[in-house]
Amino acid sequence: MKQNRFIMIVISILFGLITGAIVLLVAGFNPLEAYGVMVKGVFGSPKYISWTIIRSTPLILTGISVAFAFRTGLFNIGAEGQFIIGSLVATLVGYFVKLPPIIHPIVALLAGALAGALWAGFAGLLKSKFGINEVITTIMLNWIALYFSNFMVFTKAFKRPNKDASHRILESASINVLGKWKTSEAGKAFLAEHKFWKEFLNPPVNYGFIIAILAAILIWYILKHTTLGYQLRAVGFNKDAAEYGGIDVKKNIVVSMMIAGALSGLAGATQVLGVSKETAILAIMEGYGFDGIAVSLIAGNNPLGCIPAALLFGGLKYGGSKLQPTIGAPFEVINIIIGIIIFFIAMPKLVEIITSYKGKKEGGKVESTK
Amino acid sequence: MRIDYDTKIIEMKNITKKFGDFVANDNIDLTVHKGEIHALLGENGAGKTTLMNILYGLYEPTSGEIYLNGKKTNITNPSVAIRNGIGMVHQHFMLVETFTVVENIILGMETTQRMGVLDINRATKEVEELSKKYGLHVDPNAKIHDITVGMQQRVEILKALYRGADILILDEPTAVLTPQEIDELMEIMRSLASQGKTIIIITHKLKEIKQVADYCTVIRRGKKVDTVKVADVTEEDLASMMVGRQVSFKVDKKEANVGDVVLKVDNLVVKDNRKLNAVKGLSLELHRGEILGIAGVDGNGQSEFIEGITGLRPIESGRVILNGKDITNLSPKEIIENGMNTIPEDRQKRGLILDFTVAENMILENYHKEPFSTKGRLNHKAISDFSKELIEKFDIRPRDHMHIAGELSGGNQQKVILAREISNDPDVLIAAQPTRGLDVGAIEYVHKYLVEQRDHGKAVLLISFELDEIMNVSDRIAVIFNGKIVDVMDAKEADERTLGYLMAGGGTIDEAK
Repeated sequence: MKQNRFIMIVISILFGLITGAIVLLVAGFNPLEAYGVMVKGVFGSPKYISWTIIRSTPLILTGISVAFAFRTGLFNIGAEGQFIIGSLVATLVGYFVKLPPIIHPIVALLAGALAGALWAGFAGLLKSKFGINEVITTIMLNWIALYFSNFMVFTKAFKRPNKDASHRILESASINVLGKWKTSEAGKAFLAEHKFWKEFLNPPVNYGFIIAILAAILIWYILKHTTLGYQLRAVGFNKDAAEYGGIDVKKNIVVSMMIAGALSGLAGATQVLGVSKETAILAIMEGYGFDGIAVSLIAGNNPLGCIPAALLFGGLKYGGSKLQPTIGAPFEVINIIIGIIIFFIAMPKLVEIITSYKGKKEGGKVESTK
Repeated sequence: MRIDYDTKIIEMKNITKKFGDFVANDNIDLTVHKGEIHALLGENGAGKTTLMNILYGLYEPTSGEIYLNGKKTNITNPSVAIRNGIGMVHQHFMLVETFTVVENIILGMETTQRMGVLDINRATKEVEELSKKYGLHVDPNAKIHDITVGMQQRVEILKALYRGADILILDEPTAVLTPQEIDELMEIMRSLASQGKTIIIITHKLKEIKQVADYCTVIRRGKKVDTVKVADVTEEDLASMMVGRQVSFKVDKKEANVGDVVLKVDNLVVKDNRKLNAVKGLSLELHRGEILGIAGVDGNGQSEFIEGITGLRPIESGRVILNGKDITNLSPKEIIENGMNTIPEDRQKRGLILDFTVAENMILENYHKEPFSTKGRLNHKAISDFSKELIEKFDIRPRDHMHIAGELSGGNQQKVILAREISNDPDVLIAAQPTRGLDVGAIEYVHKYLVEQRDHGKAVLLISFELDEIMNVSDRIAVIFNGKIVDVMDAKEADERTLGYLMAGGGTIDEAK
């Protein structure tokens, strides 16, 4: 069954690419050329590979966040809001709190995760206490998070003069790989001689990717190998039976939302500490949380599957961004491809029919020879 | 004679259906004549429903041929079946809850005026005529969620007739009905057959076959055992053909060795979902070493009573004492820890997590304890060993602890629950409708374990709507009516007439006599 699922996802991705090619063709572009640009845009240089990984990192985390909630019977549309709150709190800790390196980023990451956990836990509490659907509360909390973040950035102590953003975090809170070394004399000398590493380290490469992979493994482990995961899955599949078996359903809803929120909050924190270094004033949401829903769907709600799914997603988006400047093809074609992929993944029956067609024919042959 | 022996309306020849390695139907032949009521008998998972799903075009057979009225027909999907006059009423009804009876019946083949406007009046009239013709009483304008299960079933039958069905397949039609509704259904089936319809009824209830069927085909583990004329065989014959061994209907048990009180319920009041009192001052005492049966008609507060004492529903007033300890309004977990386990009324809603494996279901109440987990880490080896042992001991099929629980047959699902609850060795075992929907083999099995539990000096509280079951298994019988126990008697002194009188609200036993 697991293998079928994997094949199904691969086929859905192929369908997405084929549909994208048709759209490009209709719009008057050569699809092969366009896909060539995208592939080159991702793999053409060590720098591009770095960027793809950097872009994918927050998506892995928000993807796991949504997947985890799904597995426990909850729909966390609030990943976006939790991401925003996680970023905000990580920035606050990164700027206002003075701590030595190594400890500083750890504290900031944990603070961001905790903030996301509390933000989502509130939605969980509303559900368990009053039965309010988490879909509604988390959507509303997304907006509250957005404007609360903007409000905080506008405060005098926090806003950077003449900029629509907060102060930058202290260097001690950064999670960039070899951040200091890159600008040191020795580093510069080394990089001048090693072109590959110079290119690779040019973008803000950071430890977020490793954190995300560790988080994916941790969540997979929790779901599969712990009593906590057992409880959460039991509640997710059948809360009446879980209740009958002596599991505290209400408590588990809150715990599940908090873990999901912590992951999204952590995503926001890694983004701030590794890439943006600040919280900007946002007119609209950036979409990391919403993209997490798509990543989770592509991954079949499997936390480990979120890693390749997010890399695919990040790769499509980053590679796709090269379309407009090079051949003038619209970037929106990427959204169409992603949409089609999810569309087919949501229709397992159709893919099943297509893949079983061959098998069915062979079965018929056996019969006719009988 | 209403059966037309010259017309073989259905002939299924050498039907084999495989799901992967599993052979659900193995070379089955089935012949049904026009106007016949033909019963398909078999244990849960024997392959009856699979065979009928093939006839109805839901499955394609791996090999074999189907002839309708002597003509070879490829029934590739249900539309082909419907076109050929086959209608099927599934065990789980396929009705739109918020639609009216008429709207449901005409769904998919609506009669319309010009411009596609629905002609509901004409449809209503047609439905009324049909229902009069076959004695299927329904209120055409009632919404489905407002009518009884029995009436919903009549709607399903009408739906099939409205589509021109001459052959009706009824899948376990009595599983969800009350005794009165079952009688009505039998009447309807006879009336349909007398007007030339052919009926295939899938069932494992022998009584009903004797009552209504002309012929019976018995299927065991995917193979056809025989087709017999029902008038020529006894219920015992049918049962042993179905199970493959002699079956006793009598529960074999020793004299009860009754000990002291283990569970005491005092003046209990519990509300139902509508916030009305459903249990209204119920009191009872349960002793070690006995099976106390609670007899009563459905809806007299049984469900609320069980949910109340097991911690799933708040108790308004009154007390529950287990082993001398007050367990009133404790959490389900605490009540389980105190030595009371339940075989729940609804096994798919409460009893099992259908998406979990059998092994995962086996530890539902004990996952947090040694050896199944240590410091929050699940010990998969201990869990599989434990499950394998129970699967062996309770003869759960297939013998695979990693099988998804939802894919087991009803009887095997019940065995999983039984195995889990009994392995806890509780002081009090509450068995709520433990044999609902099970076949004779499985019923015998469940009863055996309940009696064994009692012989070990444990107490069993049996709640059932089947009077036969209560009278056969219990040592004492309490009758519940309108949220109260109206009387308690020794099972040996109980007779059906007295119990029936009490269950219908006729007062106490002295008044009955």
